[in-house]
Amino acid sequence: MFGYYFDLALRSLKRNPALTALMVVAIGFGVAASMITYSVFRAVSGNPIPDKSAQLFTPQIDSWGPQQSFNGDNEPPQALDYTDAMALMRAHAAKRQTLIYPVQLSLLPGGDRSLPIKANGYAVYGDFFPMFEVPFRYGSGWNATQDEGRAALVVLSEEFNRKLFGGANSVGHEITLGGHPYRIVGVTRRWNPVPRFYSLFGGSGFEEPADFYLPFTRALDLQIPTNGNNSCRGNISMNGWDSWLRSNCVWVTPWVELDSAADVARYRNFLEGYSADQQHAGRFNWAPNVRLRDVMRWMAYMHVVPPESRISLMVSLGFFLICLVNTVGLLLAKFMRRAGEIGIRRALGASRREIYMQFLIEAGTVGLAGGLLGLLLTAAGVSGVGLLFRPEIARLAHVDLSLVALTLAVAIAATVIAAFYPTWRAAHVHPAWHLRSN
Amino acid sequence: MTLHPILAALKKHKAGVTLITLQIALTLAIVCNAVFIIGQRVERVHRPTGIDEQNLFLIQQAYVGAPTGDDAASIEKLDAMQRSDLATLRGLPDVEAVAAINSLPLLQSSWTGGVGLKPDQQHSTEHAAYYFGDDQMLNTLGLQLVAGRNFTSSEISNRGFRGVGEPPMVIVTKALADKLFPKGDALGKTVYLDGLAIPSTIIGVVERMQIPAAGGWGDSFAWNSVLQPIRLDANYTRTAVRARPGRLDAAMREAREGLFNANPMRVLENQPDIGIGIMPFSEIRARAYRADIGMAVLMGVICLILLCVTAAGIVGLTSFWVGQRRKQIGIRRALGATRNDILRYFQTENLLIAGAGVVLGAILAVGLNLWMMKQFAMDRMSLLYVLVGIVVLMLLGQGAVFAPARRASRVSPVEATRSV
Repeated sequence: MFGYYFDLALRSLKRNPALTALMVVAIGFGVAASMITYSVFRAVSGNPIPDKSAQLFTPQIDSWGPQQSFNGDNEPPQALDYTDAMALMRAHAAKRQTLIYPVQLSLLPGGDRSLPIKANGYAVYGDFFPMFEVPFRYGSGWNATQDEGRAALVVLSEEFNRKLFGGANSVGHEITLGGHPYRIVGVTRRWNPVPRFYSLFGGSGFEEPADFYLPFTRALDLQIPTNGNNSCRGNISMNGWDSWLRSNCVWVTPWVELDSAADVARYRNFLEGYSADQQHAGRFNWAPNVRLRDVMRWMAYMHVVPPESRISLMVSLGFFLICLVNTVGLLLAKFMRRAGEIGIRRALGASRREIYMQFLIEAGTVGLAGGLLGLLLTAAGVSGVGLLFRPEIARLAHVDLSLVALTLAVAIAATVIAAFYPTWRAAHVHPAWHLRSN
Repeated sequence: MTLHPILAALKKHKAGVTLITLQIALTLAIVCNAVFIIGQRVERVHRPTGIDEQNLFLIQQAYVGAPTGDDAASIEKLDAMQRSDLATLRGLPDVEAVAAINSLPLLQSSWTGGVGLKPDQQHSTEHAAYYFGDDQMLNTLGLQLVAGRNFTSSEISNRGFRGVGEPPMVIVTKALADKLFPKGDALGKTVYLDGLAIPSTIIGVVERMQIPAAGGWGDSFAWNSVLQPIRLDANYTRTAVRARPGRLDAAMREAREGLFNANPMRVLENQPDIGIGIMPFSEIRARAYRADIGMAVLMGVICLILLCVTAAGIVGLTSFWVGQRRKQIGIRRALGATRNDILRYFQTENLLIAGAGVVLGAILAVGLNLWMMKQFAMDRMSLLYVLVGIVVLMLLGQGAVFAPARRASRVSPVEATRSV
């Protein structure tokens, strides 16, 4: 029966090529616009670390006071100053914890490079690697003893290792970054969580993959400045590195791993207690004001999803909706024009069910054609999103199997749903009335 | 012609009429808001920065193996390196002016702070972006001095990136001067930067200079710039260069070669994403506004397709109605209705439907705008957009209905006698 109805659908669609083309084009454009903007949206709003996003938290401590919050909303600063960051590390109140700040170091010419280049990386603690489940190709990260020993170690990313060592196992080699030697202890596999939730203070979340990771303690010893944001409040009077560390400037992002709700509550108490201690000690003259957000809440709070991505998705969905309304109208016109034919089929014994089948299959065929057109347009559009978004975001958009399936599924499902009302009308054509009038 | 028969006929096509009305309403709502977004983006992109952008380029480079600049000796070493680079650039044949500067308008790399009117002020009077540089900033960037004077070369001091030292004098933008001193007598007045007790005298006022942030968080103080006579020393430097007219490319080439010849121990290979390399100001502008332009283009394309789809929908549905009513049209023609009567019938019918659609659409458009104001901190849309949208959609409806209506008007009176 399906084949027969499909054949009928094709005949019927061929009878009004202009009307059919109009429906197919409208659905094609509508679904393509939605899919192109969705392909960007899913990339920027996705969960970068699905299995652990609910166990990773970033603590915030108000070290500025209620008058100085970023937006006057009494939210603590989005990063920690050096004093609070080190206090959190010393307290060791979580299962795993790390401090993070982005660094940029120069790399001298060597191999086939004739000019110095800049390499981007992060200063982190050894816990960073197990916490964020960084996969290793060679070697591993470093341990807490090496953190304390302020060891000159480095972990390279797979991409950076390929650039420097042609992808060979470089563990044990020494490299010079920013004029100082480091021993390579590990090379990661390709690892680039998008958005880069762990370093959003001064980062968009969509940067190129990092080149290296080095011990936080070592980076401080070498006075490597942050390459991210550095935000200060009130009387800024500092001169040189040490007074900068002592200042209220915030620039360090902390992350902790907490397994259970009880751990989270305990850690929150710890933060409150720490802030209260600071208040008693006279360092803060305001009540404790702390936050403990997990990965998804932190990304939402930091507005990682660029507003243009949301707006363009909204507008595209609105556009698709109008295309569907248009399709409902055209299908209604098309089906009702065949009231006579329906009357004859009904009079010859076809049940309403069969009329439903016939017309929904016809609508599905239109949806399939629209979906195929939409697929072509989506493929073309995704390669052109560079026009709409910053390149680091545009390169996240890609056509994969799930997007292809989704495009076709959405096109067919939407068209079939749009066809329900016209089909219902067609199925309720009164056979006798139409036979008589003909 | 009375409306009664049209209304009676429309009642028989409730579903079709509802759908077309809905489609017109949604189209109006989306097109109005999309065009509003386009207008806003275009306006934003066309704001003048206040600097003379032609023939201007920026050098961003880092010294390799240089000290960090946290003690006096290393600051002096970095300063000597920077001054030597400035001298090298100033000696190039196609270079007109060179200034040490920490950022440029639209570069998206800001140093901001508070400006107060009293010493040790808890909360600053105005938030502003700081431009640190030498006495060549004004002429290199082509800033227009509207009052006072430029810094002299002897007034330029230098300090480390993480050092302090508020300058004894500053130049501010007119926008900032007017906010701080509404009477317009800012020249010669004293301000206090960063909540400190160190006085800085306003020695000059420039017409206009945008802050480095191109949008978003910087919108509230986009024109508040403070120029400070300080050359910042770090192992990373930025230098603004004005090429001789028409010699931009040559000057950029010379700058690269000249700097490498003077000292090869630097990172200058173009890596614009991490702020390294030599780039013309036009590229800084393009990078800052890429998302805005892209958004405007996307909205434009969507509007165009949307209007086409809606017009085609009206053509399709009206054609169907014409086909359905051939017999009735024939009867009317046979009873003496002229071709014009038939034409006008369909046009009036469309006017009624489109009229209902745009009324509903206007409400939806304003509602959508209010929602976007809440969700995306957008501005209130001027009702002019809605009015223009209404006119456009009414005209679109009339245009779309014309072809099927004319076909209807050509229905022969003989049709009345046919049974199908």
